[in-house]
Amino acid sequence: MSEEPVFDTQGVVRKFMFVNRKAPYGTIYALEILESVLISAAFEQDISVAFLDDGVFQIKKGHDPKDLGMKNFSPTYRALGGYDIEKLYVEKESMEARGLGPDDFVVKVQVVPAAELSKLMAEQDVLITG
Amino acid sequence: MKFGIMVNEGPFNHQASDSAYQFAKAAIAKGHQVMRVFFYYDGVNNANRLSEPQSDDRNLVKLWGEMAKTHKVDLVVCVAAALRRGIKDELLAEGFHISGLGQLTEIGIAADRLLVFGD
Amino acid sequence: MLHTVNKSPFERNALDSCLRLAAPGSAILLIEDGVYAALKGTAQTAKVEAAAETHEVYVLGPDLKARGIEESRIIGGVKIVDYGGFVDLAVAKGTVNSWL
Repeated sequence: MSEEPVFDTQGVVRKFMFVNRKAPYGTIYALEILESVLISAAFEQDISVAFLDDGVFQIKKGHDPKDLGMKNFSPTYRALGGYDIEKLYVEKESMEARGLGPDDFVVKVQVVPAAELSKLMAEQDVLITG
Repeated sequence: MKFGIMVNEGPFNHQASDSAYQFAKAAIAKGHQVMRVFFYYDGVNNANRLSEPQSDDRNLVKLWGEMAKTHKVDLVVCVAAALRRGIKDELLAEGFHISGLGQLTEIGIAADRLLVFGD
Repeated sequence: MLHTVNKSPFERNALDSCLRLAAPGSAILLIEDGVYAALKGTAQTAKVEAAAETHEVYVLGPDLKARGIEESRIIGGVKIVDYGGFVDLAVAKGTVNSWL
């Protein structure tokens, strides 16, 4: 095992956006990126989470993967607020293209048009896609 | 400039690990620093020392290890992703170590740029 | 900003999403299977030509070469870079977004 270096991050606050573009259950991306979102909360950074393309299906109400034998991680999205992760964005175009509306989501989100999400993305220091 | 790199796929199914390695190599050749490569999702398979590619193929597990040694690149395998996939300390190739997901956020803060390679 | 697209536009929507959300003036680099978007004379060409009017569009040369795509087949407004050029773009353009 090698030594773990420690990088100085004291007092630095950066803008992180987690970009979710993949549907849940069919692949593991939605679940594991959510784990990384939760951990990031401990670093007191400016965190936001964006849902676009098939990523909007991650927060669709009513998930029940019991018959698949898989874990239902849907309630975790509702817990994000408790970790002070409150900037959740859904791209309007992706949502509408998939026949969904603001009431279909398990958590309170801001629905923003592509042009606005584009600006928000451009303001970030770090974009993490999974 | 200081770079952080995130690798989300294993070294064979997808080109992502190769792209990440070639990017890191080019960055180092240009005098930049690659502070850390964070292996997440199936990317943790990059650390498997039991991996034996055919002799005429590239061996990314070894190449990462050599890069780590020569250029002090920190190769972090995410513990949560690794445990799921049976990647444990005894299976780690030289140069890699297992650590928490916080190491991803940390490198996002410490590096000037974080690049993600995946599928 | 630098956007990377690594999916073939004939199979996936990564390029379309990138073009919808990449701010005008930002750079787009086609890598891995994304390089097929840089071909002339395809069903995707007009879209990429239009994007090259409002964005800087680049394609990764080693990925073209690996796939047997001659430089003569690349859309005029798309610039070819090597991995060193990829690094330079990441340095020059700021935050990198990977459209995986």
